[in-house]
Amino acid sequence: MRYEAPDTIDAAIAILAAEDGIARVLAGGTDLLVQIRSDMIEPDLVVDIKNINSMRSITPENGGYRIGGAVSCAEMGEHADLCAQWPGVVEAAELIGSTQVQGRATMTGNLCNCGPAADSVPAMVAAEAIATIVGPNGRRDIPVEDMPVAPGKSSLTKGEIVESVFLPARPERSGDAYLRFIPRTEMDIAVVGVGISLTLDGHGTCTHARVGLGAVAATVLLVDDAAKALIGTRVDDAALDKLAAATSAACKPINDKRGTIEFRTKVAGVLAQRVAKIALDRAGK
Amino acid sequence: MTHSSDFNAEKASNLKVIGTRPARPDGVDKVTGRARFGADMNLPGQLVGRILRSPHPHAIIKSIDTSAAEALDGVKAVVTRDDFAENPDNHAVLCNVMAREKALYEGHTVAAVAASTATIARKALKLINVDYEPLPHVTDVDAAMQPDAPVLHDTIFTSGVDPVPTIPSNIVARCEFGHGDVEAGFAKADIIVERELKTAATHQGYIEPHACVASVSTDGMSELWCCTQGHFDDRKICAALLGIDVSRLRVTASEIGGGFGGKTTVFIEPVALALSRKAGRPVKIVMSREEVFKASGPTASTSMRVKIGVTNDGRMTACDGEFRLQGGAFEGSPFDSAAMTAFACYDLENVKSVAFDVVVNRPKGAAYRAPGAPMSVYGVESVVDEVALKIGMDPIEFRLKNAVRDGSQSSYGPKFGPNGLVETLEAAKAHPQYKTPLGPNQGRGIASGFWFNYGGETCSNLNINADGTVTLAVGTPDIGGSRASMCMMAAEELGIPYDSVRATVVDTGALGFNEGSYGSRVTYASGLAIINAAQQAITEMCKRASMMWDIPADAVTWEDGYAKPSGANAGEFEPMSLAEIAAIAANTGGPIAGHREHNADSAGISFGTHIVDTEVDPETGRVDVLRYTVIQDAGKAIHPDYVEGQFQGGAVQGIGWALNEEYIYGDDGKLQNAGFLDYRVPVASDLPMIDTVIVEVPNPGHPYGVRGVGETGIVPPLAAVANSVSAAAGVRLSELPMSPPRVLKAMDDAKQAAE
Repeated sequence: MRYEAPDTIDAAIAILAAEDGIARVLAGGTDLLVQIRSDMIEPDLVVDIKNINSMRSITPENGGYRIGGAVSCAEMGEHADLCAQWPGVVEAAELIGSTQVQGRATMTGNLCNCGPAADSVPAMVAAEAIATIVGPNGRRDIPVEDMPVAPGKSSLTKGEIVESVFLPARPERSGDAYLRFIPRTEMDIAVVGVGISLTLDGHGTCTHARVGLGAVAATVLLVDDAAKALIGTRVDDAALDKLAAATSAACKPINDKRGTIEFRTKVAGVLAQRVAKIALDRAGK
Repeated sequence: MTHSSDFNAEKASNLKVIGTRPARPDGVDKVTGRARFGADMNLPGQLVGRILRSPHPHAIIKSIDTSAAEALDGVKAVVTRDDFAENPDNHAVLCNVMAREKALYEGHTVAAVAASTATIARKALKLINVDYEPLPHVTDVDAAMQPDAPVLHDTIFTSGVDPVPTIPSNIVARCEFGHGDVEAGFAKADIIVERELKTAATHQGYIEPHACVASVSTDGMSELWCCTQGHFDDRKICAALLGIDVSRLRVTASEIGGGFGGKTTVFIEPVALALSRKAGRPVKIVMSREEVFKASGPTASTSMRVKIGVTNDGRMTACDGEFRLQGGAFEGSPFDSAAMTAFACYDLENVKSVAFDVVVNRPKGAAYRAPGAPMSVYGVESVVDEVALKIGMDPIEFRLKNAVRDGSQSSYGPKFGPNGLVETLEAAKAHPQYKTPLGPNQGRGIASGFWFNYGGETCSNLNINADGTVTLAVGTPDIGGSRASMCMMAAEELGIPYDSVRATVVDTGALGFNEGSYGSRVTYASGLAIINAAQQAITEMCKRASMMWDIPADAVTWEDGYAKPSGANAGEFEPMSLAEIAAIAANTGGPIAGHREHNADSAGISFGTHIVDTEVDPETGRVDVLRYTVIQDAGKAIHPDYVEGQFQGGAVQGIGWALNEEYIYGDDGKLQNAGFLDYRVPVASDLPMIDTVIVEVPNPGHPYGVRGVGETGIVPPLAAVANSVSAAAGVRLSELPMSPPRVLKAMDDAKQAAE
């Protein structure tokens, strides 16, 4: 296995594009190294992107924030303005692994790993986050929900790297939140994960909402019907009941060691209601 | 000299060191990383050992071709079943450490390589060609007992049944304990409750994976370093499996990162020795976590039926239980102790307890803290809770009414002596937690539990150093603070400060045979040996003083660290301290030491009672443990911090077992959660501070009254948590773990049934 740690993204892309064997990008390594150590993969090339300065910063842009692909989840949690604007995204990123893992793990890595239960992804989906991808054929932007195509499989093509994730500006009276269900209190993987972002008008009516749903299908889902259950309402009990029903209806889970179809479907609705209440509360402040 | 182990009330009420809480001697090394655990040992020229494991849960191994692996550059040895001779006395262990005719579970060792690097070793494993013929498999205990189940061994004909079956099955043995007439007892009952219950297999979950380094010299002299609970046991079994003299194998126990019973046997150690013998170089093997889950020794899963009859005023008239335990692919599940401990808390006229030992296609089980008892007691204490509720009696009052006392006939045979069950129940009743009001969706559970405790073969040395300090050589690995407690007991007897005594767990070359650190035996049995060794050294020191004073040896007494003339008639001499006697030992006969070898047979039984409050999320079935108190009879707590630590650890492991830990098998017979992500032990933030109450009812078989404390703590929690969760959820749960999907389904089903 060859290890490279270039200091420009162009160099990284060139190295990746030239590799004929199995190539992997190393950011925090909290997924990659585990996979290597457990013999799940044997890469021929590992390209460490942590020496690329442009990928290690959180930058304000058009009222939103651009988060470099090598920024750790802990660094996001230490960024007061980002936390104030997108608390749901940050709280999701700060649920990944343990405190120690969060010091290494990146939100971009969580996205690129394409696990259906990735914590930060439903929150990013709800936030309408955009992934900026750089590759041999230049730069392109995609909505984060278009990144995973199957468990463990992304839509990236050979030589491409996610340079950054962009969280857009948001109107007044907006709030977002993320909750996951785990049997324990931490150090666990989501059995269901729900991210919701919503915006209220001056009268407290929801004008915009997005619902991201994790761990209940092969990829993280953007659930339009769940968002519609909230838009035009004051997010009252009736709307929350519709939200729960729409969220549960969107679930396409499997029975596995982490939960049954029945359990995941029901708890997705329960969580959606709880998340919506937190987002509502944040939007009203 | 004669050694007394009788309780000495006068001594026990005048202890100076015992019962204090000095700093642990291993603390600094452990927090700084200086302590050497199993994987920290390295030898010059050592090779990397790796193991090839069966991908099939059950398969005939038709052939193994290692030629391509052996030809790979850097591979120094490959071993298979052909490198281990048949060993009828240790057949099951032999077959478990290296599969013979069949692979009996996914992860079963089939071959091993020693290579110069890990990469080469990994490559070599892929070059070993094993021709398997897969067979039907069974992993569930009830399924394995069915007549049409795939049979693992055609040599198993159920023992303990009359007549002995003529066809082989997976049921190794049946055992039965009890007395009286249960049918007559049930006829006298006003209320009878009978339930079927289940528990999942769990793993001890020690943080340190198994690790060892083996080095076999060309002349056959062999050394083994490993993390173990019993290095003398390891020596015995490894020597037997490799066909070497016990005297030619020296085993050294490393610091141990948890064992809980799971490190009382061998897995990789004989394989490393065989590789080293073949390669002529030291070989190190370290298991991965996946290997630990798949191929070390988890505990049994169980299925059981419990039936209890009571009168309306709360007297148990009959208890009947059947306990079915699978112990993995070989005989030896803790079925007998499950049957014996099940009803041990109760003074019963009519009791019958039957158990079955069953084999399935899972890794061979090993001991796990009070083997068998947590499961059977879960069944019994769940039903006890239910009957108490039915007759409207407080669960502690119910237990007090039926509890065993001094002189009670035990459910499994012997008469109990003095014991602390009633005292733990009284302490529970008086505990503030028991009086705290509960909120919505909250419940409180009570359960009691019993463990025998063990003594066994033990051998310890005590050496008086020339500077007045003392070193102890102990043969039982320190898995729960025994070095501290040994030093305290020596200091107590000798009348010197704790800091003047140091204990070392020595290798197998330095002492006679010691059974391992299991059975809650170390503080009792090794401790008693140290006490006796100190007494022997004291006798010798008195003799040395008598020589100096030129008076008879029996005219000298030992008091608070000094030899003194026993009275005015003995003469007027200035008392001599231990240090003074030690300093001139060379002139009075040479080094002063004490030693003691015994088979300790007066271990004290132990009971505990636990109180737990939980809250259940009615929408998700998730359980929060709000408050937990362990009350247990320690006889006499030598170092209370460690005793409390044992109580807390037992409760925490029991909470994990009750709520989320389980071996999950797919239809393919493969373990689906061989890692700490999906095998869910509780993390620190899942738990409240576990409160403890140490009850001290002296063991009549120990001078200070010591009882073992390591195991009883894991006996009540499964039931206590289940009773608490059942109360909080409003529905009786009868299967562990009570994971959120299971709790939510039970609540939803109960709701639907009510509608």
